[in-house]
Amino acid sequence: MAVREISYRDAINEALREEMERDPTVCIFGEDVGRYGGPFQVTRGLYERFGEWRVRDTPISEEGFTGMAVGAAMTGLRPVVEIMYNDFVTLAMDQIINQAAKARYMFGGKARVPMVIRTQGGAGRGNAAQHSQSLEMWFVHIPGLIVIQPSTPYDAKGLLKSAIRNDNPVIFIEHKLLYVTTGPVPEEEYLVPIGVADIKRAGDDVTIVATSRMVHFALQAAGELEKEGIQAEVIDPRTLKPLDIDTILRSVKKTGRLVVVNEGHLTGGFTAEVAARVQREAFDWLDAPIMQVATEDVPIPYNRQLEWEAMPSVADIINAVKSVVYR
Amino acid sequence: MTLDRAKLADMYYRMWLIRHFESRARWLFQQDLVRGSTHTYTGEEAVAVGACAALNRDDYITSTHRGHGHCLAKGGDPRRMMAELLGKATGYCKGKGGSMHIADLDLGILGANGIVGGGIAIATGAAYSAKVRGTRQVVICFFGDGAANQGVLLEAGNMAALWKLPVIYLCEENQYAEFSPSRPFFAVERLEQRALGLGMEGIPVDGNDVLAVYETVRQAVERARAGQGPSFIVAKTYRWEGHTVGDPLTYRPAGEAEQWKTPERDPIARFGKYLVEQAGFAPAELEEMNQRAEAEIEAAVQFAMDSPEPAIATLWEDVYA
Ligand SMILES: Cc1ncc(C[n+]2csc(CCOP(=O)(O)OP(=O)(O)O)c2C)c(N)n1
Ligand SMILES: [Mg+2]
Repeated sequence: MAVREISYRDAINEALREEMERDPTVCIFGEDVGRYGGPFQVTRGLYERFGEWRVRDTPISEEGFTGMAVGAAMTGLRPVVEIMYNDFVTLAMDQIINQAAKARYMFGGKARVPMVIRTQGGAGRGNAAQHSQSLEMWFVHIPGLIVIQPSTPYDAKGLLKSAIRNDNPVIFIEHKLLYVTTGPVPEEEYLVPIGVADIKRAGDDVTIVATSRMVHFALQAAGELEKEGIQAEVIDPRTLKPLDIDTILRSVKKTGRLVVVNEGHLTGGFTAEVAARVQREAFDWLDAPIMQVATEDVPIPYNRQLEWEAMPSVADIINAVKSVVYR
Repeated sequence: MTLDRAKLADMYYRMWLIRHFESRARWLFQQDLVRGSTHTYTGEEAVAVGACAALNRDDYITSTHRGHGHCLAKGGDPRRMMAELLGKATGYCKGKGGSMHIADLDLGILGANGIVGGGIAIATGAAYSAKVRGTRQVVICFFGDGAANQGVLLEAGNMAALWKLPVIYLCEENQYAEFSPSRPFFAVERLEQRALGLGMEGIPVDGNDVLAVYETVRQAVERARAGQGPSFIVAKTYRWEGHTVGDPLTYRPAGEAEQWKTPERDPIARFGKYLVEQAGFAPAELEEMNQRAEAEIEAAVQFAMDSPEPAIATLWEDVYA
């Protein structure tokens, strides 16, 4: 299999292009996604290839075009909506939560809403409080939404292709600081299945579950810890809902220790959810309390040092691991 | 106008179907057999029936919390609707939706909606979809005079006008929004003026005149199919009953509703008069249709009562995430 090194951004672009070539019902809606090629240049070249009806530059009307995607999805299209920053989903929330997520179940199983909402989140770039949040848990909380957060170009491409082919609404949250990162991506077509975690690094001493950009932090931490003889296993759930809890439980039953890392806020967050499930289903295997590494419960500040202080760091992960391996 | 006898009879029959459906729904609610809340369409029958008479089977509608009339007008099965009101396994939503969430995708009914204005963007997207897929389908988006104040109308309406989408925004100005008159909540003099800001012409129509509604919507459908884009119609009508069954109606002037129930204003009586005086129907024929509609609704109630409750295991059916 021929493999190249491409960026996360280009991997997503390839997924969109391939799915649009394959299926004429796939359409893109969003702000500046067409002629300009996307605020993050993710949709570059697609307007030229597929035309305005399939790559639609919309007015700044998040609720309107997200809701249109719901109606389009119910009637035979497979829309992919781009919400420029995940912070702006607030404007489209009714369409996502009350319409897209509910239609299939509430209408008795017949309705299908095959749509994807692509957006990006995360802090670390000085975008401050309204452009830096990690809002994945808002969606994880709602039955009827699949929630994906890819950490690598390979996962981003394979998961987005699966998301577009899925018959249900998918929230696909990219990370603004991952767009320029690169990684190996096969030339040949492939899919990454939804709902399957990936063990990014194997180890026997401690399990680190991390999502999105935090996967890279966890891998760095694991590299440091190895120097001290601590072997960390790093698991990337990739799909937050439905969560592949089995892969996590298998690892915890091997290591007896768990650190969960997520860029969302600590309170009511992903780390709490994973901790709750693991203690419920693997209590007898745990040799230490489950540690949570998450963003502080403050709005993301602008100042560089304040921002970094608010976010999880590699050092935070190392400290959390050390506290559970008692070293 | 080209409405043959059979079509006129069908419209008249459907208006009665709605009226009888609602009177049974109200009764079932009062018996505590319908849960939650139920909103009746009584008095507004001409809007849904006139509008849907201008559609084909494969055209779409989006409906509202006050949706029974739209569903019946588009051809919905009263038995499955009534079963849904009773939460039964045979209901449209297998008992999971109830009164406010009935959909029939096979009939292009994209769902009633518990969110005021919830259908507006969905309808617009269905019209976008029809355009991309190259069908000649059109969409009617029913919404209330209260819903007209939702911001999504500006967003979606603007996009429909920009891209000439085949959608008809049909505002039902029934003069009330929940427990308040609607008029004090819009700054324009007439609701149809709102259309100007969307890049459309606003067309008022007498919502108690089924033929006027039909003709206005028919022309809008024709424009939509010809690629001339969306329309914005405001049907002036009146909500005979409370917002929900059980509404004490303290906010409504005494005697007001009675003025809308006169033979001159009641949409069914008005249409009946036309049918007798100008379309050659015998009064006995009309009475027969009324009774047949009542019997069909009675059978629907019986069907619903006799239907089984959903199995508890269905709680987890259609869950994917
Ligand atoms: C977003 C939202 N806000 C409020 C409500 C509560 N509510 C239900 S119906 C209604 C009034 C709607 O009035 P209108 O749009 O005129 O429809 P009508 O009931 O007159 O048919 C309100 C406020 C709701 N269901 N959804
Ligand atoms: Mg109203």
